[in-house]
Amino acid sequence: MDKKLELVDLRKQFNAKVVPVKNVSLSVGSGEFLTLLGPSGCGKSTILRLIAGLEQPTSGQVLINGKDVSRLSPGDRNIAMVFQSYALYPHMTVRENIASGLKLRKTPSGEIQTRIQDVTDFLGLHDLMDRKPGQLSGGQRQRVAVARTLVRRPDVFLLDEPLSNLDALLREHVRAELKQLFGTQNTPVVYVTHDQTEAMTLSTRVAVLNNGYLQQLDAPERIYMEPANRFVAGFIGSPQMNFLQVPCESRRAIVGNHPIPLPRGANMPTEITLGIRPEHVHLAQSDHEPALDGQVFLIENLGMHNLVSVRIQGQGEPITVRAIVGIEHRLAIDSTVRLAFPPESIHWFDVSTGDRIQTASDSTSVVSPSVTPTSVTS
Amino acid sequence: MTTTVPESQPRSAHQHGVRRIVLPVAVVLTVLFCLAPILWQLLTSFKTDAAIAEIPNVYFPRPDQLTLDQYQKLFERRPFFNYIFNSFLVSLASTVLALGIGAPAAYALARLKLQGERIMLAAVLIVTLFPPILLFLGLLDIVRYFNLGNNYLSLIIPYTAINLPLTILVMRSFFQQLPKDLEDAARVDGYSTPRMLLDIVLPMTIPALATTGILTFISAWNEFIFALTFITREDLKTVPVAGAQLGGASPFEIPFGPIAAATVLGTIPLVLLVLFFQRRIVQGLTSGAVKG
Repeated sequence: MDKKLELVDLRKQFNAKVVPVKNVSLSVGSGEFLTLLGPSGCGKSTILRLIAGLEQPTSGQVLINGKDVSRLSPGDRNIAMVFQSYALYPHMTVRENIASGLKLRKTPSGEIQTRIQDVTDFLGLHDLMDRKPGQLSGGQRQRVAVARTLVRRPDVFLLDEPLSNLDALLREHVRAELKQLFGTQNTPVVYVTHDQTEAMTLSTRVAVLNNGYLQQLDAPERIYMEPANRFVAGFIGSPQMNFLQVPCESRRAIVGNHPIPLPRGANMPTEITLGIRPEHVHLAQSDHEPALDGQVFLIENLGMHNLVSVRIQGQGEPITVRAIVGIEHRLAIDSTVRLAFPPESIHWFDVSTGDRIQTASDSTSVVSPSVTPTSVTS
Repeated sequence: MTTTVPESQPRSAHQHGVRRIVLPVAVVLTVLFCLAPILWQLLTSFKTDAAIAEIPNVYFPRPDQLTLDQYQKLFERRPFFNYIFNSFLVSLASTVLALGIGAPAAYALARLKLQGERIMLAAVLIVTLFPPILLFLGLLDIVRYFNLGNNYLSLIIPYTAINLPLTILVMRSFFQQLPKDLEDAARVDGYSTPRMLLDIVLPMTIPALATTGILTFISAWNEFIFALTFITREDLKTVPVAGAQLGGASPFEIPFGPIAAATVLGTIPLVLLVLFFQRRIVQGLTSGAVKG
């Protein structure tokens, strides 16, 4: 059976000023892994709690398998959730923790036994079954919390920053494990995180949120390649994208002293925001290549690369551009470099709305329909 | 760093030496200071009348100065088991009531966003500021009006009322630090609210219930004014009142021995209670529920 979760025009309002979720619509199908990504306070956790039924929406609907569950209690929705703190019952053994949800649903005990057996085989929890959560390490508690959701065979999995309490090494390991694990479940997964690496690595689709608005809902690579607006462009990618607000003259943006042709989608603005990721800026190979002259004023070593901050003099204020440069270019502070912006890697944004302006290299529709009415500045 | 280590080592060793002497001495002195009255009562309760009256004081009685007579006299003259039973019944009932009413109230104050929550808390706090001694005359009128004099209820109800604010305040702060995720997880698992409170919240609450319960029990056990005023029938008296009213064989005799024995017997149940629940109090039952 195909499982499906849909949010229709979901809104949560605590009072006139605090509106953590503003009319969000999206759907997650079987086997899809959707990540809600955004800075803290963007409403991602509230959306998850609305899906779970731990909060009641002000308006809008939550549909599971086509059925409106907005008014049902969390226990009647057949969802399972992993909490950031794991939330294992401290006075119960691991086995009781895993079985509690099934027992409450009056699952026959034979069925409970086999399901627990399956899950413990799957997660390798055999030796821990009779321990209390207090006797487990952080990673083990996390596995038990995951086991408690898997055993339920729910219609939707909800995960609320399940990795944020693990140390960095373990987090990378568990992240890979989670990806494999939920990949086999053929059930919609909604995952909340503020960590873009987790979002990019785990998801089949990412929903970027800010201020309660859905900014973009797309596959991870599209989010990276064709950010729908300036917020998404700045939030995804590390180090952050360079944004230059530059004047335009006769369909050309003037960067420093160097004109760059505007994309076709732009209709004669006087100013435009140019975005380019540091990893796409490179040192000009030859004198013929159009490039900008600038002075290095900061070099940060990232191991494989240097992150170089360059000050470019032009008309008016000097502009700062950061570029990822291989360590083989032995750059020094105050040395002069020539930076080239490959035209296919340039992103253009409207100065006032922050929305993306389409370029020739974009795929036909950048902004998914549900996103169009919302933008950063609205 | 490396240069400072050799310098600081002898100093810390010296400090360590001073600490090794001063700390145990301080501990012994503090314990002696706190326990001296109790030890004196304990000693008195085991001495013969002659040894009690002897001057200078007998701190280390000879074997022939030791006796169990004082306890025997106590039980011969008065139904002391009866007093202990009365105290126990009244204290236990008011403790159970205080916890039974106070804990749910505290949970509601901690978890629900109630209108006027601050006013309620302020009201609860103000009650604790009232000295009970100012209340007992008014309460006596109430007790008379409801015809509750010489009834256990005349003690159980005021003791519960007086201990409720403390119970509510302590339990509320406990519930506030109880991770809310656990309750959310229980609801997602399918627990109904009553079952969640019973199966998930209550087991984690036991240490806090034990702590506040003991405080309530002790305060009810030791209460004197109400017990003296509202109860006049001999067979309903509680230990503190009965102990204070112990008379000698003649009006001119103060029965130090039986009074000491009564004090010891009145304290033992409390000591046992605290010792029994101590492990539960110290044990942090929530460990392992969430990270940390």
